[in-house]
Amino acid sequence: MNDKSSVVEVGVVAGTPAAAPGRVRAQIKKAPWWLWVGALAVLAPVSISIGALFLRAFGASTTVWDTLFTTRTLRLTGRSFLLTALVTVSAVIIGVAGAWILTRTDLRFKTAWAVAFAMPLVIPSYVIAMTLISSGGPRGLFADLIGLPLPHVTGLIGAWITLTLSTYPYVFLITSAAMHRTDPSLEEAARGLGSTPTRVFRTIVVPQLRPAIGAGALLVALYTLSDFGSVSLMRLDVFTRAIYAQYSGRIDRTPAIVLSIVLMLIAGVIIWGEYRTRGRGAYFSQKPTRPPSVHRLTALKRLGATSFLMVAAGLGAALPIFILLGWALQSVAAGEGFFLSWAAVRGSMTGATLAAIFAMAAAIPIVVLGVRYTSRKTVWLERSVFFVFSLPHLTIAIAVVAFTVRYARPVYQSLLVLVLVYAAIFLAQVTGPARASLLQVNPALEEASRSLGKGTFATLMRVTVPMISKGLLAGGALVFVTTLKELPATLLLSPTGFSTLAVRIWAAADEALYARAASSALILIAVSVLPVYYLSIKPKDLTDR
Amino acid sequence: MKRLTVIALLIALVGAACSTSGGDDSLTVYSGRSEDLVQPLIDRFVEETGIEVAVRYAGSSDLAATILEEGSSSPADLFFAQDPASLGTVALAGLFVELPSSITDMVPTRFSDTNGQWVGTSGRARVVVYDGTKVNPSDLPDTEDGFVEAEWSGRTGIAPTNGSFLAFVAAKILSDGEEATLVWLKGMAANSSPTYPKNSPIVAAVNAGEIETGLVNHYYLLRALAENPGEVGENFFFTVPTAGSLVMPAGAGILKSSGNQEAAQTFVECMLGDVAQTACAEEPCE
Repeated sequence: MNDKSSVVEVGVVAGTPAAAPGRVRAQIKKAPWWLWVGALAVLAPVSISIGALFLRAFGASTTVWDTLFTTRTLRLTGRSFLLTALVTVSAVIIGVAGAWILTRTDLRFKTAWAVAFAMPLVIPSYVIAMTLISSGGPRGLFADLIGLPLPHVTGLIGAWITLTLSTYPYVFLITSAAMHRTDPSLEEAARGLGSTPTRVFRTIVVPQLRPAIGAGALLVALYTLSDFGSVSLMRLDVFTRAIYAQYSGRIDRTPAIVLSIVLMLIAGVIIWGEYRTRGRGAYFSQKPTRPPSVHRLTALKRLGATSFLMVAAGLGAALPIFILLGWALQSVAAGEGFFLSWAAVRGSMTGATLAAIFAMAAAIPIVVLGVRYTSRKTVWLERSVFFVFSLPHLTIAIAVVAFTVRYARPVYQSLLVLVLVYAAIFLAQVTGPARASLLQVNPALEEASRSLGKGTFATLMRVTVPMISKGLLAGGALVFVTTLKELPATLLLSPTGFSTLAVRIWAAADEALYARAASSALILIAVSVLPVYYLSIKPKDLTDR
Repeated sequence: MKRLTVIALLIALVGAACSTSGGDDSLTVYSGRSEDLVQPLIDRFVEETGIEVAVRYAGSSDLAATILEEGSSSPADLFFAQDPASLGTVALAGLFVELPSSITDMVPTRFSDTNGQWVGTSGRARVVVYDGTKVNPSDLPDTEDGFVEAEWSGRTGIAPTNGSFLAFVAAKILSDGEEATLVWLKGMAANSSPTYPKNSPIVAAVNAGEIETGLVNHYYLLRALAENPGEVGENFFFTVPTAGSLVMPAGAGILKSSGNQEAAQTFVECMLGDVAQTACAEEPCE
């Protein structure tokens, strides 16, 4: 589990460019132009589209700006912030508590628990929402089981539960990786000096974990803010739902464009807030000398810990899978078939595979520029990778549709654009591990290759790329999994006649025909499990070369 | 702005060149009607005619907006919409061709565009769906106006952004006037009527006991009942004819930019033909 955590951490969070370590010597050499071309090929189309979106909004008539500054926009902003804050706090609490239980106690079957606890990661938030909606309420599954009329799980509460379940694994994976890295001697010293476990946790563990928790919280906040599928199903009016309603329900698209720019600005405020509160604390990255001693749990506490893990993993993973299986069997029993479309399976696989390949290809020049040719320009390049990663997908999709329909008609509604957008959105997931790999490669190897007469390009392809291939592949696998689940960009940018599992699930859930979504959702989950499993068994090669 | 227009025109020209040079035998349909209602009809069309059809499914007004943005070089050959308002918007922009009388004659004039820009392919009625276990139909109001009363507070689901609700609002404006319609809309909002993105979740919410009544199109309940005959929802037709009991057509039009007018006409004829109409009446229960 430790291994898996470290990869996902590298994969997801290390998108934030870290300071280049001292052992990379200062490069005065100029980067070859084709590296820049490669680096910008995927990023530029999305960045230009977003720029054009701003121009279009500012060129809009003043009435649009009048409709923007209304109490409704204010309410949307308030509700979006409220949901984001609630989900972030609860996901952090659950994620950190789980990480502590699974790294610092003597609970048995920790590895199996850890896998189960991280499982909601492979289940799309809209699938969790769908299963919660159908199993809650006075006529739902839970009510039937307990025999009590239960309230409906919708609105703020429903969205809060759904998004907490689908985001706490991020916090869990990042923090437990950090816990494995921290040296237990500090905690032992504190305990030896008479501190209670609670006090040790509060004064020693949490401060050391501050960077990891901050990174996890940022990820959760951005995810919540831009989530579209589950808030729509839960009927909670936040920004994404309002934007989509404006986009799909009106002939005039300008209000949707203006609102999506506001959403982008809110994301910016959150990133800035995290950056400002990050503090100057050093990262404790030294290898612990020995495994931490574990807390012995009393029987009661063991029961508490077990039930805590069981409820989270149960609601976030077991319940959805169980319900989906039930629906699938039900529709087969009723003679309606599986509602499975091979075209959708093909579409999902094609889109996700191409996205992973594009993202890996684009990541190579970006990390080489960032690590080997560090300059102010490359710092900005790496920052923009993370910036695009943090933008709401709905905003990006609206920007790209508006741009291509006007200025890039030959590729409008083409698979190329869809895949480019996927790759740009998830690029940070590859540059993270690829960068970590490249930092471990001694530049002397590349210099040797060049001094033996190979050109820069040949050296890159024959020496550098093979050395960082594992980092690239790990990132590519993450891109594959996240692309499979992606909804808003897929909805808006898919070529005509192109169908994916995510869109089919969404279309059925949107009509409240949940049973029809079951087979597609099950296949999507099954396909996602494999790459995540690959990530969890391979990472040793990535991090400790 | 002028320069933008010029650029747009240039791109439109290039786009037009592309689409005519393409000239194959396939059709691109933008469908505002949902996939499970329409795809079986389209599959049958493909089987019978051998013409390939690619369909883009989305909301009707979404697709109308898309067609307006694409303008005279839309990749779509046909627009198949759920409500007259979306069709009317595209017709107003002058992007539809005038349909030949061989097609328009197949449809009663009250379900088609007066200028022959689009034809209705099926009809749907606005109704009240209600929870048969909680509501007595005799307690339901005679018209939609009754739902703004305090006794219905929070009990009636609506889909204010949905195309068919908008068409109903347009009809209400025509019959009751703008002011009365605004008063009604404000009344519904003040009555904290729960809002949904479209009709089917309202029907599902009634069946799940989440709300008691909802303003929807008639066939969503029929579809839900076909899947699960045990559902508690029932349809109620207003006793007094108003906009609330509107019958509106879903329809189709052919775009001027289509490079395949003949196949597009065959498609519309096929949708109006006996087989499709029977399927229409049996499958989506329209």
